[in-house]
Amino acid sequence: MSAWWPFQRSRHAAGGPHISATILRDRFSRRAMVIGGVQGGLGVLLAARMGYLAIAENEKYQLQSESNRVNLSLIPPRRGWILDRNGAPLASNRADFRVDVIPERLENPDATIALIGSLLGLEAARIADIKADVAEARRFQPVEVASGLTYEQYAALSVRLPDLSGVVPQRGFSRFYPTGPTVGHLVGYVGPASPEEYEQDRNPLLITPGYKIGKDGVEKQFEKTLRGIPGARRVEVTASGRIVRDLENRDDVQGQPVRLTIDGPLQDYAARRIGLESGSVVVMDCRSGDLLCMASMPSFDPNSFSDGIGSVEYAMLRDDERVPLRNKVLKGLYPPGSTVKPMVSMALLERGIDPEETVFCGGGLQVGNRRFGCWNRRGHGATNMAKAIYQSCDVYFYAMSQRVGMDPIAAMARRCGMGQEFPLPVVSQFFGTVPDPKWKMDKFGREWQAFDTVNATIGQGYMLANPLQLAVMAARLATGRHVMPRLTLDTKPTGFDTIDFPSDQVTYVRKAMSDVVNGPGTAGRARLPIPNVQLAGKTGTAQVVSLSISNGKSGPWKYRDHGLFIFFAPYDNPIYAGAVVIEHGGGSGAAYPIARDVTTFLFDPGKGLDALAALEKQWGGTAQQRLAARYAAYAAERGADAPRPPQRERDIFEQVEAEARRAATRSQGLATDAVTPRPEANPSATPPPEPVPGTAPAASAPGSAATPATPALPAATASGTPVP
Amino acid sequence: MKPASRGIIPDPIARQPWDMLIPLLLLVSFGAAVLYSAGGGAMQPFASSHLIRFAVCLVMAGIISALPRELVRALTYPAYIAVLLLLMAVEAIGQVGGGSQRWLDLGVIVLQPSELMKPTIAVTLALFFSTLPPGMITSWRALALPGLLIGLPMVFVLLQPDLGTALAIGFGGVIVMLLAGVPLRWFIAGGVAGAVAAPLVFFFALKEYQQRRVLTLFDPEADALGAGYHIIQSKIAIGSGGMFGKGFNNGTQSHLNYLPEPHTDFVFATMAEEWGLAGGLAVIILFALILRWGWGVAQASHDRFASLLAGGMVATIFFYVAVNLMMVMGLAPVVGIPLPFMSHGGSSMLTNMICIGALMMVNRWNREAPRRGLAS
Repeated sequence: MSAWWPFQRSRHAAGGPHISATILRDRFSRRAMVIGGVQGGLGVLLAARMGYLAIAENEKYQLQSESNRVNLSLIPPRRGWILDRNGAPLASNRADFRVDVIPERLENPDATIALIGSLLGLEAARIADIKADVAEARRFQPVEVASGLTYEQYAALSVRLPDLSGVVPQRGFSRFYPTGPTVGHLVGYVGPASPEEYEQDRNPLLITPGYKIGKDGVEKQFEKTLRGIPGARRVEVTASGRIVRDLENRDDVQGQPVRLTIDGPLQDYAARRIGLESGSVVVMDCRSGDLLCMASMPSFDPNSFSDGIGSVEYAMLRDDERVPLRNKVLKGLYPPGSTVKPMVSMALLERGIDPEETVFCGGGLQVGNRRFGCWNRRGHGATNMAKAIYQSCDVYFYAMSQRVGMDPIAAMARRCGMGQEFPLPVVSQFFGTVPDPKWKMDKFGREWQAFDTVNATIGQGYMLANPLQLAVMAARLATGRHVMPRLTLDTKPTGFDTIDFPSDQVTYVRKAMSDVVNGPGTAGRARLPIPNVQLAGKTGTAQVVSLSISNGKSGPWKYRDHGLFIFFAPYDNPIYAGAVVIEHGGGSGAAYPIARDVTTFLFDPGKGLDALAALEKQWGGTAQQRLAARYAAYAAERGADAPRPPQRERDIFEQVEAEARRAATRSQGLATDAVTPRPEANPSATPPPEPVPGTAPAASAPGSAATPATPALPAATASGTPVP
Repeated sequence: MKPASRGIIPDPIARQPWDMLIPLLLLVSFGAAVLYSAGGGAMQPFASSHLIRFAVCLVMAGIISALPRELVRALTYPAYIAVLLLLMAVEAIGQVGGGSQRWLDLGVIVLQPSELMKPTIAVTLALFFSTLPPGMITSWRALALPGLLIGLPMVFVLLQPDLGTALAIGFGGVIVMLLAGVPLRWFIAGGVAGAVAAPLVFFFALKEYQQRRVLTLFDPEADALGAGYHIIQSKIAIGSGGMFGKGFNNGTQSHLNYLPEPHTDFVFATMAEEWGLAGGLAVIILFALILRWGWGVAQASHDRFASLLAGGMVATIFFYVAVNLMMVMGLAPVVGIPLPFMSHGGSSMLTNMICIGALMMVNRWNREAPRRGLAS
């Protein structure tokens, strides 16, 4: 047998009987040596392996060890404030304690959330919402559980952390809107980035717990300015995520503030003054175009929206026929009604009509074989332009518009801002409709009819405008300049070098509009309780359904007339101009008292607030208090079966916008024939009881007494009526 | 062989096997230092109990080393049967108690019979082969009976289930058979059979968690937070240590709990992180010295029983060391085998010190009767 191969069996050993103790002894020695050698070889192999790990791959593993040890967490930047024109915050930040969960790190989501819920004392509905959110969220996306915690709650949660993997309690800042719902539509709200938003912008900041981006309004529009630069915190952490110590901190840089032209107190006042009605108030400074107030009520509370839109809250707002989710300033489209008459007057003046020329109003105008009624069935008698404005005489405008035709009126409407989109930093605005023969032909393929002009001159039919456009119209009428609205203080006032109307025409119309309020006009109750300051304006009552469905003053809320009022003050040297639109307010009587009080507040805040305090006592508190009370009642009634809100905010607002468009077209259904003008507010009447719509101004009497000239609907045959 | 006297050093001390004891003491002290660090820079809870256990076990090893040869031979089979009965008892209690169990609580100590079986199987097979007539080494009896002796305890340990210990028992037994001169063809046939059986065992006998451990060996990153976590973190600890480590008490992987079991199965990774490659090589060299001494003892003995016994003991210690080191370096699945003399844990200290004691015993026999009979 060969000596170098120890395992080789000797030839005679294979047979068996010849194996002796010596052979076995040799075998032992050889095999022991070989096994020892193999063991030694394995030892060398292990040493080599270790050398490979520790030297060749040292860098890689050192990096991994560091990334284990060091946890880099982003500190969400504090959002820039949104300030009003005087530097008071409309949106600020509040230091608070908050807790988020990261779904992919939760070991037992349901049990963990239930435990957090019991530690923090959350409502059952809220816990159900969180569970659903966690189930639906992307794995990496933090889900907010609660914010605004007390220190005790925060501490109670923090000590349990080792058992709660995936739960992130932290000190942070949450968005705070001091005036709550009154700035909801204007400022918007913030919320965690949606998966789509993260897909677009792969910024790790977007999935940092506690970080929120603007979701609507100014918050969304100025997202880049407001965002700021995140800070970073490097901490040493254990495997279970417990922080051992801070290594290095870099502070966040707060986002830039955005200064709006809005006057915070005025915005709050106007929104609260709308009270139980559904509507909007826009006020501009007509010397600069500054939008001082864009109130739209009812609204949502951006404070609670920013904490996540709860099922109950969402269901309550969805159920409300006054559409609290719709920004009525920009997305409410209404037939402007008689508020267009000063504008039509400007068109007539431009066409050379002498304002002193009179038209006899006998309660209606015969055109060919049709008679178009004035709102005042008894007639206004001899009516010149001024009287036609302050008494809102329809017949005067029917007659004059037949003379000049539709085109100059439509051009003037556009010049005054109707149908226009303004270069404002808003998420979207509806621009409405200024109809003219070409538009009607393009859209419906039908000829323009006499009744179309009739409708347009009284702001009915196809004509639609939003409250912002009406306010711009008021400012342009008041100044004669092409005032452009602006929303931020860092933009330049524009449009003042363009003269829209000669000053003598401006003076004439101003006086007529002043007489609406201060003279023998339709809005006598709008007089300001302030010496030497006179309000000028124009009332409007817009019909939304035909007379056969509702008289516009009583009955179902959604069939009542819209109340509108455009105004400026002081009438002889206008500083402020604006518009008030009250949806289904039953007529202009619902709108101009609000304009009066808002203007009063502008000149004498004390007087304005006194008037508001008395009203809010009747209504049951401020807008914020009433919203909270409604929420509590709603939650108690049907908190359990509230449906989930859509996961994406975009869905919510797309839905709201679609509904707004649909709502806007409803009044155009009347446009297939002449609209019977609704009685304007009685100039000398006693004030209608506020705010309850339905007990309408006394002027409803003539409307019911006189037979309407034509049935409003159906109008298939009437639309063919020849116009001479 | 040590000289009988070194002058001023008294004879009872001088004749101790210092070429093994010094590496052993260094290893245990080093282990204590690592455990001190793993305990967060404190003697409690690991380092002090480690040293106390070692002291107790060293006394026990001294007692074992004093056992006379005839007594050991006489007690071998009864001891095997006793440990086997204990294994069966554990299984029976586990069945009654409704859950798997590995230890017997005897009140005074918690006994893990599967650990005792590792040295026991080596002694038993050594005795069996030393009494087997040399001519019968090629017969089936040389295979069947030892196979049974190894197989029975393996089955019971597998039922516990404890794959690591079962493999250790099997490995110790097979090495003794190999050393005893069982024809090589049986081992080759066995190896082929094993290669065929391995996939079958993998798919039908292993529990799901054991399968996962094997699979992650090939791709630890595939399941970084699950089964691969141990291996990844251990490799990070070893790799990040570099040449000389992060320094005593500065290991982040162990101190921040990224490393699982930093004081038991992964004690080597804990050490390597803080002491680097230098520490790792030192540990490997110390083990090599101890094992080389063990082989020396086995070779020096001309008593077949003693040399087989010594070889089995060396194999048992080696199995622990090799599997543990391969495991922490990502070369073997995570099987839960501690590193001898360094890991914190009573059972492994006991088993390994029994092995050391048995080797010291053989060493003493060699010294007292170096030329004792070639035959039994």
